Amino acid sequence: MENWSWMLDESASSVGPQIDRLYYIILVITGIVFVATEVTLLYFLFKYRHREGHKAEYIHGNTKAEIIWTAIPALIVLAIALMSRGLWAEIKDPANVPADAMRVMLEAKQFEWNLTYPGPDGELRTGDDFTVRNRLDIPLDRPTVLEMTSVDVIHSFFVPDFRLKQDIVPGMAMQMWFQPTRAGVFPIGCAELCGIGHTRMRGTLTVHSPADYQAWVNEQVQGAASAAEPAAPAPATQAQ
Amino acid sequence: MATHAATAEGHATGAGHDEHHKLSFIRTYIFSTDHKMIAKQFLLASLLFLLIGGILAGLVRWQLGFPGQPIPFIGSMFSDTTAPGGIILPEFYNSLVTMHATFMIFFAIMPLLVGVWGNFLIPLQIGAPDMAFPRLNTASFWISVPAGILMLASFFVEGGAAGAGWTSYAPLSANPEYSGVHMGQVLWLVSLIILGFSSLTGAVNYITTIINMRAPGMTWFRMPLPTWSLFVTSWLLLLAIPILTGGLIMLLFDQTIGTGFFNPATDGEPLLWQHIFWYFGHPEVYILILPAMGLVSEVISNRARKPIFGYHAMVLAIISIAFLGWVVWGHHMFQSGMNPLLGTSFMISTIIIAVPSAIKVFNWLGTLWKGDIHFDVPMLHALAFVAMFIIGGLSGIFMASAPVDIPIHDTYFIVAHIHYVLFGGSLFGIFAGITFWFPKMFGRMMSPKLGKIHFWVTIFAYNAVFFPMHNLGLRNHMRRIYDPNSYEYLQPLQGLNTFISIAAFILIAGQMIFAFSFFYSMFFGEKAEQNPWKSNTLEWTAAGHPPGHGNFPGGTPHVYRGPYEYSSPESNEDFLPQGVPPEPVRRGAVPREPGFLPTGD
Ligand SMILES: [Cu+2]
Ligand SMILES: [Cu+2]
Repeated sequence: MENWSWMLDESASSVGPQIDRLYYIILVITGIVFVATEVTLLYFLFKYRHREGHKAEYIHGNTKAEIIWTAIPALIVLAIALMSRGLWAEIKDPANVPADAMRVMLEAKQFEWNLTYPGPDGELRTGDDFTVRNRLDIPLDRPTVLEMTSVDVIHSFFVPDFRLKQDIVPGMAMQMWFQPTRAGVFPIGCAELCGIGHTRMRGTLTVHSPADYQAWVNEQVQGAASAAEPAAPAPATQAQ
Repeated sequence: MATHAATAEGHATGAGHDEHHKLSFIRTYIFSTDHKMIAKQFLLASLLFLLIGGILAGLVRWQLGFPGQPIPFIGSMFSDTTAPGGIILPEFYNSLVTMHATFMIFFAIMPLLVGVWGNFLIPLQIGAPDMAFPRLNTASFWISVPAGILMLASFFVEGGAAGAGWTSYAPLSANPEYSGVHMGQVLWLVSLIILGFSSLTGAVNYITTIINMRAPGMTWFRMPLPTWSLFVTSWLLLLAIPILTGGLIMLLFDQTIGTGFFNPATDGEPLLWQHIFWYFGHPEVYILILPAMGLVSEVISNRARKPIFGYHAMVLAIISIAFLGWVVWGHHMFQSGMNPLLGTSFMISTIIIAVPSAIKVFNWLGTLWKGDIHFDVPMLHALAFVAMFIIGGLSGIFMASAPVDIPIHDTYFIVAHIHYVLFGGSLFGIFAGITFWFPKMFGRMMSPKLGKIHFWVTIFAYNAVFFPMHNLGLRNHMRRIYDPNSYEYLQPLQGLNTFISIAAFILIAGQMIFAFSFFYSMFFGEKAEQNPWKSNTLEWTAAGHPPGHGNFPGGTPHVYRGPYEYSSPESNEDFLPQGVPPEPVRRGAVPREPGFLPTGD
């Protein structure tokens, strides 16, 4: 039965509660309009059903009613638009990308996500970077910025619990930031049809406590160092 | 009332027109220039494509409801490159999803609304003898035939049919290296380019006919709403199709001769395709719904025996929806990487479009208010249109809000929304139209009993299929994925997916009732009276079912009033046709043919 729910699962990112709030506002408004219009429809169908010897009333319209039912929906949808506008800017405005964020590079290709992390020096594009496949691991206490590129077709990076989705267009450098609000393991999916293997282009996002995150980074770096000796490719930790 | 001429008499008048006899079989049934015959050709062809689209949907639902299991009964018929042993392969699944939408949108719903009713209703409702360009009209149908054949043929070429989605986002659609499909994609592109010419020739014809050939007295604001909506739709076609065709040609060049319009490696721009596609694609959504709104308005006013509530507002709503429809395309691209500032302006324009849509719904409710409602089969479908369009319209507000669109974009919530608009809206509108005008097209009534069974099966099964898709979307079920179970978090939804699939099979099977009733009634249905629905519009006063060559053998009708004068105090009955002169005129010269002015011939 819970599959039939109109409620959203609890979110795990800073923008999640705001998106969810807007969703619930729209759900309530549209829910009221839905019930009101459908009940009116059914009531009219019952009340004005054909009866012998009865004639319909000759009415062409009512300007006052028409003005009212134009103005009210207009005000409601404008209110929704204004609320949406503010939140949209908050999420998407490049000026809002936090300066202290950890930066991770994401390269999408058929049908995998390759994530490159800054090594112990905390800087990307230096010698100690390491790459992991289909796993995004981040600390809880800092925002993360993904620098995203695609090498072939359009993919869409989708983290349902974070209320996060961004198409990644080849030839375009794109950015997306987020701030987790709780530790845990969350699924990552590809939301844009990207070819035969689209259905298996998935990964996991793990939010660590700060200490756990450091331990994870160290583990990856050591793994990379020991793997580098027998000239093996960069360690690819397969999710699932 | 003068319009109740007996059927037999009607036939005699129509057939008596001698020009009608001279035409050979080929000129009458195949390369006909008669708009009514062309409408029937479009009707049969597009019902066939509706069936094909439905079967493809059934296969998609099989994979989602029973993943990895062999298709029952027909499984062994599939080749090893599509579904070996009846088990659907992922590449075939992508083709099925792509081609289901392609056939339904371009080859079923669009011609069922525009090709069929544009042809059948426009000349009859405005009192014209035929289309402005009858031969162009013949061409418009016959151009669409090779397009359909090429699209069907693409299933049988190497690599299979196109599999990049009906939206064919580049670079997936531009480069066979990425999709594994080359010939199928080329045929998809060529077919749609050809089909575009069919739509264009049709649109030019409808616009010219309506502007130039309205009968005396048929002023703009006396035009029935189906004709109004088809007029506005034709403008959308005329302006949108060339944009799509341009984009298709660019994509075809990318796919075949090595250009790189959409290829980033040669400084091409993948998002350009999306802008072109949706600049066409959003007006296309209105091309697919406005004519259905027109048909439904006609049926509701007629069966409620009441003037349409706010006729002028209805016309203005159609026009403003069409205008606003040009500035909202970016709402399909909120998550595409387009500049977020653009997203803001598209969000506001999109959300404003809810207003004229709401006006239409309230005016339909207003028409029912204090009416005298007859629940005939066309009315059931028209009322279902209103009830379902409300759901489709309201669910649209969720994704119109760009932040809320983030989680639901590209999920089953969108699939639910589009089907509430295109099936709950357009297709119920089409059923309303076919069951309403069937007597005028074929001279016989469709069986009310079969019609009611078909309606109730359809409305229940339809909602069982598409309503829970909203919930799938809210559980983050992506669209277009071959095997949802590959995601652990989607595995608990398998039961719901299976439920939807079973309902879908019932829905598809239920349409066979309609198919049977359609063909049975065509030959064995009860003979229709001249004006079985006691309608006001001119097509019902044109003699004959269908009217003979030239439509109005008694001479060009004269129009005295608006199309929805039902239950007018001016008449003892509950209708007052557009062509019946008002009292003082009637006392003078009694027209020779009921409903027409005598002409000088
Ligand atoms: Cu992908
Ligand atoms: Cu749109």
